[in-house]
Amino acid sequence: MKFKSLMHKVMAAMLALPLIPSLAHAFQAAPARRADYNGWTPHEHWDAVWHETMLDITVLGVVFAIITIAFMVMYVRKGHGERGKLPSLTNQAKIGWVVIPCMLFLGDDLFLYVKGFDLHNHYREVPTNAVEVKLTGSMWNWNYVDVNGIDSDNELVVKQGTPVVLRMVSDDVLHSHYMTRYRVTEDLMPGRITWQWFMPDQLGESVATCREYCGTQHSGMYGKIIVKSAADYDAYVAEQTASVPSVTGVAKAATAADQI
Amino acid sequence: MSGFMGHEPDGKPGQPKTVKEWVFTLDHKVIGVWYLIGSIASFVVAGLAATAMRIELGSVGPDITDNGDIYNLWLTMHGAVMILGFQIPALLGFVANWAVPIMVGGKDMAFPRVNAMSVWLLWSGILLALLNLVIPDSYNGMWTGYPPYSLTDAVGNTALYSSVVIILGMSSVFGAVNLACTVAFMRCKGMGWFQMPLTVWCVFTANVIQLIFVPVLAASVLLLSMDKYLGFGFYNPEVGGDVLLYQNLFWFYSHPAVYVILLPFMGILFEIFAVSARNDVFNYKATVWATIAFIPVSSDVWVHHAYVAGLPDWLRLLQTFTTLLISLPFGLLMLSLTGTMYRGAIRYTGPMWWAVGAFFMLIIGALTGIPNALSAIDYGISDSYVIMSHFHYVMAVSGGMAIFAGVFFWFPKLTGRMCNSFMTKLTAAGFFIGMNIVMGPLYFAGMEGMPRRYMDYQMYADNATIVSAQHWSTIGIYITFVSALLMIVVWLHGAIAGEKATSANPWGSQSLEFTATAIIPGQGNFPTPVSVPEGWHPYNFIDNPKPEFEPHPGHTGGHH
Repeated sequence: MKFKSLMHKVMAAMLALPLIPSLAHAFQAAPARRADYNGWTPHEHWDAVWHETMLDITVLGVVFAIITIAFMVMYVRKGHGERGKLPSLTNQAKIGWVVIPCMLFLGDDLFLYVKGFDLHNHYREVPTNAVEVKLTGSMWNWNYVDVNGIDSDNELVVKQGTPVVLRMVSDDVLHSHYMTRYRVTEDLMPGRITWQWFMPDQLGESVATCREYCGTQHSGMYGKIIVKSAADYDAYVAEQTASVPSVTGVAKAATAADQI
Repeated sequence: MSGFMGHEPDGKPGQPKTVKEWVFTLDHKVIGVWYLIGSIASFVVAGLAATAMRIELGSVGPDITDNGDIYNLWLTMHGAVMILGFQIPALLGFVANWAVPIMVGGKDMAFPRVNAMSVWLLWSGILLALLNLVIPDSYNGMWTGYPPYSLTDAVGNTALYSSVVIILGMSSVFGAVNLACTVAFMRCKGMGWFQMPLTVWCVFTANVIQLIFVPVLAASVLLLSMDKYLGFGFYNPEVGGDVLLYQNLFWFYSHPAVYVILLPFMGILFEIFAVSARNDVFNYKATVWATIAFIPVSSDVWVHHAYVAGLPDWLRLLQTFTTLLISLPFGLLMLSLTGTMYRGAIRYTGPMWWAVGAFFMLIIGALTGIPNALSAIDYGISDSYVIMSHFHYVMAVSGGMAIFAGVFFWFPKLTGRMCNSFMTKLTAAGFFIGMNIVMGPLYFAGMEGMPRRYMDYQMYADNATIVSAQHWSTIGIYITFVSALLMIVVWLHGAIAGEKATSANPWGSQSLEFTATAIIPGQGNFPTPVSVPEGWHPYNFIDNPKPEFEPHPGHTGGHH
């Protein structure tokens, strides 16, 4: 197939552009990581893939928009009787204008898919040293019970550097636990147990909100994830378990473990 | 087939004269106008709800209401009425009814009485939906109606929701059968499948999608009411049901429903782009096949609405891939739209302004959809403003602007008068700028974590990005509101006192609704049966042979 006109060249060039981010990625130094993604948390990984995806769509969008605008400016009707002069395509050109763009789109899709697959695995493979927390959602409250039996509403205290896996169920309607800092969402529902995990990497507080519509106070259903250093965390656990000899809490955690 | 209540299909120009003729009409064009009135009324109601919500969200804390139930009622009405009351009836009602039969050279829809039933079912559905604003137990479960919330008392009247969806669904199915038969059997002599305007192809494909998927939606919401009121347990985990069953069934219809909206509005864009540029549609046949490809491709992507719903990982990854595949047919449509302008002779009429606005919204909306297709990216942005901004760009605003472009485009054929050209362009610019100010900043708020369907965001009160995005977005809604209001004024002024159309073909189209009819097409559309000669093509602007009118020996106007 021959690219006879300027249009063919311009549009062919445009269609090649989605591949630039993938080429750029291919030549950049791969971030250091092992199979267990040690040293790279899912939310950092998420940021990296998000950034690449944004770059991909930005390049594609800007180029497409520039070409469209150029056509819109260049081909304004001059005389009253002027007609469009779109060149007629040969049969090969017609097929080529389907197959080649589709291959380029598919190439970009596959590039993104592989990134997404890798990130998906990162999110869905729980590290073996993760500690479990049982999370029960109800209208409009998050209830966390951790392995120490500490039972608290709308506040989860975790230890820096230790991955946490939440085993989740709902008491009433659908809820969805989203941790702003950790970029992870999973629904809670009655009758099924779902899970998510995250790596508390930085000290401090972040917000956990509900992301599945659950009625009047849906927007009032949020809690805090508090990350403490190992020493502070141990002190916190000692204080909590001493002041509240939480038999029910331990029982709850045990039940959660049984269910899972 | 007989009976055009008090009308003979003689092709005489003009609308019906009496109230009786308007109400009992079987004429597809009058029915199309009824669809249009219903959909614009829905747009007004749902738009007011949007404005109220946007004002409430302008700052942290209560602005105009502190009642979550009232806010959630606005939210439910906005989503449900915009989709089921405005967009689908405007596209599969107005465009499908008013334009398609004339575009294929038919004298009416295949089944005029079924057609009348469809439109009045739609009106019953819309009126029933509006009742939700006044009944004491108003339904607030969103247009999605997820159980188990929709099985509780807190949600309000689930039966109303089920009934509205089923009634509108019946209207859609009757309309879809009718339209498919019209396109298949009512085409005029000489018009082959690949000589149909793309609007016809897009509406046809959308209706095939409706025929396949609407029954699933109707069944899923029927089971919802059976669960709630009759004690069945399809979705109720307490008696052994599964809440995920509903999500699977619902999105099995409701993702294809996105293409039911997308395809016809892209069809309008093709029509207006080609006519304004007086240019052939780029790679017409491939574009048609891309349109058809949406039917299978749309059927296997619904899980991307439920990536975080606890579905199996293999299903998430499988449908991440199938979702990405949508870019193939969709990309071809976008290429064709841009290609249609290449070496064209573009004239920027009022409808073209609206169409260009819609096209640029569509570019942004389409591209912001790509990240959302990845299940793993969705873990970070699921049900956030990123998603909300994306679908407003790609479907709501782009679709809305394309619908309005279509209304302006066919306006002279509806009323015999022209809208004020300057005001048409001004409102298009205002709407486009306003909606970008509304939806652009919210994308960035979503990246910061702002969830959808919140009446307040006190947990993010110290996040400057979210707070200022909400603030700017509310400023944008005022611009949009004024533009939309002005647009309706422009229509009313145009219909009553606009300049009279001097030509039956003011935009220079090659399609039959402009080239073969009176200024206002009458009963039966064409004075005598029309046919297109060999080699005729709707987008041939250079040497198209003229459509022919054949005196029909038996044609006296009646169909007895």
